[in-house]
Order: sequence, then structure tokens, then C-alpha cells
Amino acid sequence: MNKLLVILASMAVLLIGSTASAGSPKPLPNLDNVQGDKCVAPKEVIRVEHMEYIMHQRDETMHRGIRTSKHSLKGCINCHIVKGDDGKPVNFMDDRHFCNSCHEYAAVQMDCFQCHASTPTPGPVAAGK
Amino acid sequence: MSSKESNETNKSRRQFLGAAAATATMTVAPGVTVIGLAQAKPVDQAVSSKNRWGLLIDSNKCASGCDACVTACNTENGIEEIHGPETDPQWIRKVTLKHKASGRETSLPLMCQHCEHPPCVDVCPTGASFRREDGIVLVDRHTCIGCRYCMMACPYKARSFVHETLTQQVEYMPRGKGCVESCTLCVHRVDAGSGDPACVEACNKENHNAMMFGDLNDKYSDINQELRAYKTRELRADLNLNTGVRYRGI
Amino acid sequence: MSKVNYTSLEANSKGFYGLMGVLAAVILVALGAVYYMEHNGHWVTGMNNQIVWGLPHVFAIFLIVAASGALNVASIGTVFGKAIYKPLGRLSSLLALALLTGGLLVLVLDLGRPDRLIVAMTYYNFKSIFAWNIFLYTGFFGIVAVYIWFMMERKMNKYYKVAGYAAFVWRLILTTGTGSIFGFLVARSAYDAAIMAPLFIALSFSLGMACFILFLMATYKWSEKELGDAILRRLKNVLGIFVAAAFYFVLAYHLTNLYATEHHGFEAFLLTGPSGHTPLFWVGQILIGTVAPLLIFYTKMGESRSAIAVGSALVIIGGFAQFTTIIIGGQAYPMPIFPDYEVISSSFGDAAKYYAYTPSLPEIVLGIGGVAIAILIFVFGCAVLRFLPDSLADKVADPHYKAESSA
Repeated sequence: MNKLLVILASMAVLLIGSTASAGSPKPLPNLDNVQGDKCVAPKEVIRVEHMEYIMHQRDETMHRGIRTSKHSLKGCINCHIVKGDDGKPVNFMDDRHFCNSCHEYAAVQMDCFQCHASTPTPGPVAAGK
Repeated sequence: MSSKESNETNKSRRQFLGAAAATATMTVAPGVTVIGLAQAKPVDQAVSSKNRWGLLIDSNKCASGCDACVTACNTENGIEEIHGPETDPQWIRKVTLKHKASGRETSLPLMCQHCEHPPCVDVCPTGASFRREDGIVLVDRHTCIGCRYCMMACPYKARSFVHETLTQQVEYMPRGKGCVESCTLCVHRVDAGSGDPACVEACNKENHNAMMFGDLNDKYSDINQELRAYKTRELRADLNLNTGVRYRGI
Repeated sequence: MSKVNYTSLEANSKGFYGLMGVLAAVILVALGAVYYMEHNGHWVTGMNNQIVWGLPHVFAIFLIVAASGALNVASIGTVFGKAIYKPLGRLSSLLALALLTGGLLVLVLDLGRPDRLIVAMTYYNFKSIFAWNIFLYTGFFGIVAVYIWFMMERKMNKYYKVAGYAAFVWRLILTTGTGSIFGFLVARSAYDAAIMAPLFIALSFSLGMACFILFLMATYKWSEKELGDAILRRLKNVLGIFVAAAFYFVLAYHLTNLYATEHHGFEAFLLTGPSGHTPLFWVGQILIGTVAPLLIFYTKMGESRSAIAVGSALVIIGGFAQFTTIIIGGQAYPMPIFPDYEVISSSFGDAAKYYAYTPSLPEIVLGIGGVAIAILIFVFGCAVLRFLPDSLADKVADPHYKAESSA
């Protein structure tokens, strides 16, 4: 019976263990990449609460059509622009991207940018200004 | 007044309103019809069931071979050709029909019919498929798990599944792999009060004027007036879904 | 009939480790297939915007329906008080849990966003039969687990009947829910029929029983325990009744459709049409899955063990063909969006006579992986707890056993 448990345990480790990644520690993010003088909330608040703000706004916009930009993801993206070597805003594939730099550092995965644009792109219509 | 004239007038009215809407005042409107067309709502205000957005499609005016509406939709919403028509999303498609009895051929655009009682919303396990107060049926991609039950349920095959990773999304239309999506009536435009959906705009630009967008509930709106004046048809009327998209000429 | 002793499966043999190793390998390959499909997106599968549910769903729904039916034997023992089935209650419950786990994993791993499983557990739309099914499946796990516990734990033994009744009712509701996934789809000719619920229940009886017979025979053969003829013959007789019952519902479904003009198109497509679903229906479902097993079970052939095994396997093959025609065939026939019109052209396939579907290798592997998970859980369960009656020889198992009557 013990042998059996060992085999099962090693199977489980094989299945789960593949996600761990090794490598050098990430550099400290630069949080001062912002247009304008200040964020919508003090730094110590927004660091803790930004997820709540964005999630709340997400439901308000999606289901009720409220499109204020103060707590919208779009608001973040339009303000926290990091320019790359070519002078254009970098997207979230780049380590320097504002959201990415911090989330990489804190090792917190986010899936926002699987769907949302991570750079401010002017669209065919000026929607939701 | 011929319908062509009527559409021309509407266009200029809308252009005028595009400017007027920014000030969000009704007092600038010179007449009741114009109030009826006013679409802008303040950004911090929720949508309400006072409005019911819809489309009226006149298949008599829809030019066979023209797919301006489809192209416009794809451009507007960042939909690209990727792995072919079987798996690529299509929010709007052109369909050519032949009447079984008379043999008359006609063509029309088909998209989400924005039902009052949408089967896709009924079957969605997480509530990701939902109907906004103002009648627009949407998918909340934040809670869509990609089960595709809504695609099984939709009587119009209006929904598409995103079969691959996307990278070129436009900022106002977030889309991504593993979620189901469909026509939003260009909800970003509706909320911004910036005019017709892209398909309607393109159809008008081609001077076909086969599509009309508006508030079905507003008795002074053009679309409401048209529905009063002419017989229109719901697709799959037998299902009693009370669609927001109506057809003329079929 | 003497007192039943339960044992666990001998877990030290090379054969056991070999089997576990093979199953684990199959499951690992299936997980690789899942990763491949999820990483690339569903365009690498045979599924598309027309056939949105494919082979993984056939496997998943087969396993889920069979799971509910695998509990038959336990129910007949507990609820209907048939003594001969009572020793098999534990095993039947274990098989039900194993099959359900396999089926659900296939279903979940085919989602567009399997990473959002937590969303499915936290956001509910109670008008959706899918949402209800989430509760029905998790509830089934709970109730059957308690049922097994009550059967195994002497102190709780007096309550096992209550648990058995609860499990019996629950699984009827569960399969009603599974059938209604299709029954509630108003738009499609093939679905939108209340008969889907009882049809699925009858199918669960036949497929679950067929699976149970095969698992039972294999387990007793490989563990070299005695399995008497009496119990096997009873099981195959019951299986025959279930196969006939399922066929009755199939008959009622198609006769109703053939009567209503609006469904003639779909019936012509399925019964005489040009697609692969027609042979799947006639050869797979009717010939292999219904006629052949009934012939085997109710003629002289039914006295042979290998014939019973073959008959059960045929029922399973037929069931698989049937779910393929229901799930994929039902989608393959275009929806009547414009009843007065013939569609001449459309970029979205509306003009097609039917939609073709060819499963890709990863889909097949995922489905087989689900079966492997079910077998692995069953074998593992048998190894760690006492599920198996030590002997099912006639003199032990058969309440009507008479020493002189055995020739």
C-alpha cells in the first residue's frame, strides 16, 4: 500500500509541479510612469484597492452601460503610458509595461490583456470619452 | 416624403446631433422628432428600459453582392480573418435567399436579433449572456467560461466562438480566446451617443439605406414610425422571442 | 445465501501496477492534448462555429449518463429489495462516481476557459439547466459518497436504505437534467423535445448496466475471484429490458418527428441522408446497439459468459453511436431560420445541406483520457477500500441457490 501511495504522490507532483518557474529576481517596478500629476487615489490606496475599483467598474460598464473613466481599466491604460525605444507605448508583452512591471514583480497573474488592449489605441470612433 | 429624402434628412440631423449630444441638452432641439433621435446619455448614468435599441432591415434595398456592412463591422470591432470562415467569428453575415413559392431572390444581413426573451441568456450557466436594460444582448467575457451552450441555443446562429489567441483588439471592444461573442449593436457607440452602428453607417454610405437603427420604444423615432407604417417580420416568429431586429421585404 | 465478505483488490501484483501505469500514461497524454487545444485555441480541433460541441461532449455525456445508470444495481438492491443485487451495491456506487468524474473532467477540460471553473461555481443563472446540472453533479458525488459510507460502516448501516433512496431519486433528476440540456433547446429540429429526458434516463439504465457488467467481469477475472452465472444472467436479462426501453423512446421520438412536417427535413437527413450519421444510426445505434444485444441476450447465446460480455460491449458501442447522432447529428442539420426561403449563399454556411465534422486527434485523446480516469478511479477505489464481495459464486450470491440444481 505504501508503494502505491508513493507512486500516486509522485504522479501528483508531476502534474502540478510544472508551473513553478526559476530565474533571476525581477527588477523593482517603476511606478512613476504617469501622465498628469496624480492617480485617482493615493498611492498606498490604489496599490491595495485597484483590483476592487477596476472590478466594480467592469460590472458597472458591462451591465449598466456606465462609462466613467475614473476607475476604468481604459483610464489606467490611457494614463500610465510607458514609451518604448521607438517612442510608441509598449504593450503588456513588454516587461516595462506599467501593469506588467508590477505584476511580474509581485508574481500576480492577470488575464485582463488577453482581451483588453494594453496600449491606448485611438479607435474609428471616439467612444466613451 | 420619399424614403431617400427621409434618410438624407436623418443623416444631417444626426450629424447635427453628434455635436449637440456633447452638450447633453434637449433645449437645442428644434422639434419633437429631433428629441426622438437624441441618443446621448451622460456617461455616469445607467442604461434603462425606457429605450429599446433595434434595427429595421429592408431586404428590398439590400444590394446583393454588397457586403459593406460586414466589412464595416469587422473593421469597427477588430475582427480579422485568421483560420478561415469555419472558425473565424462573424458577427454579421450576408445571406442570399430564394423564395420557395415564387423563386424571387433577395439578400439581407443577419446578426444577433437582440431578442426580448433571448434563448442564449436562458441557457447560459453563469449569466455571462445577458440582456441589458435597453435591450442589447451581450456576452460578459469576464464570466463566460466558453461552454458554447448559447451557440447551441441561438435560433439565428448569431454567435461565434473565438477559436484562437487574439492580439489586435481595439480598445473599446475587448475580445479574446475561449469566449463566445456576437453583435453588440456597436454598444460603445450607443453609449457614447455617437451615431449608428458601423453596419448601418456603412450601408448608408453606400447609399443603399437598407438598415435603420433606433429606439423602438420611442414613438417619435424613425424606426418606430416605420414599424407603425409598414408590416415587418421577425425571424423565427414562431418562437415568440420579440426580436429587436425586424425585417421588411421577406 | 451466506453472509458476504468484502475485500479490496490485491494491489501488490505487477499486473495492478502495470494497469495503473498504463492508465496514468493515457491520462498524461490526454492532459497534453488538453494543453495543446487550450494553448492554441479550438481551431486546432474539428469543432467550429457550426459544430460547437464535438467528440469530447460525446464522451463526456456518455460517461455522465452511464454514471447515473451504473448506480442501477445498487438501487435495485436497496430500493427494490432484490437480495441478489445487494452485495454489488458498493461496487455499483463506486463505478458511478468513477464514470461521473471522468465525464465531468472531459466536459470541463473542453471549455473555452477551463481556468474559469471557479466562475462556474460562483456565478449562477438559475434559469439555465446547465447551472442546475452543476448542483446535480456535485450533489450526486455527495449523496453517493454517503451511500457508500453507510453501506460500509457497520454503525451507519441502518441508515443505508435512506441514502439509497436519496441516491435513486437524485440520479433520476440528474439524468432528467442531462437530457434536458437538449430537450430545452427550442431552436433546433433535433432537440426541443420533452422526450429527451426519459430517453436519457432509459439510456442511462442500459449504458450504465452494460458498463457495470463489463467492469464486474473484468474485475473478477483479473482478481481471480469467483463470479457465478446466476448473477450475470440476471444482469444481462435486466440489461436487455433497458436496451428495449431505450429503443422504445427512440421509436417514439422518431415517429413523432416523422408525423410533423416541420421535422421531416431533419428526419430525412438522419435516416436517409448523405452524412455519416445515417450509418451511425442504422448500423451503430439500431443494429449493433439494439438488435444484436437483444438477440444475444434472449437466445441461447445469452448463456455464454463471453457472449454476455460481447453483448454489453455492443450496447456501449451503440450508445456511443447514439450520442454521436444526438449531439453532433443534431447540430449538423441546419436550423430553419427562413422557413419560406431556400438559402442560396451565405458566408456562415447557412446554405449548407449539413455541416461536416471530423474529430481531431487531441479530441479523441481527451475523450479516451476521460475513460482512463474513470477506470483508474474504479481500480484505485477497489484497491484501497473493501468494495468487492470476496466471492460471487452462485452458492454465495444466489438467494435461490440449490446445491442439486447446479449441473
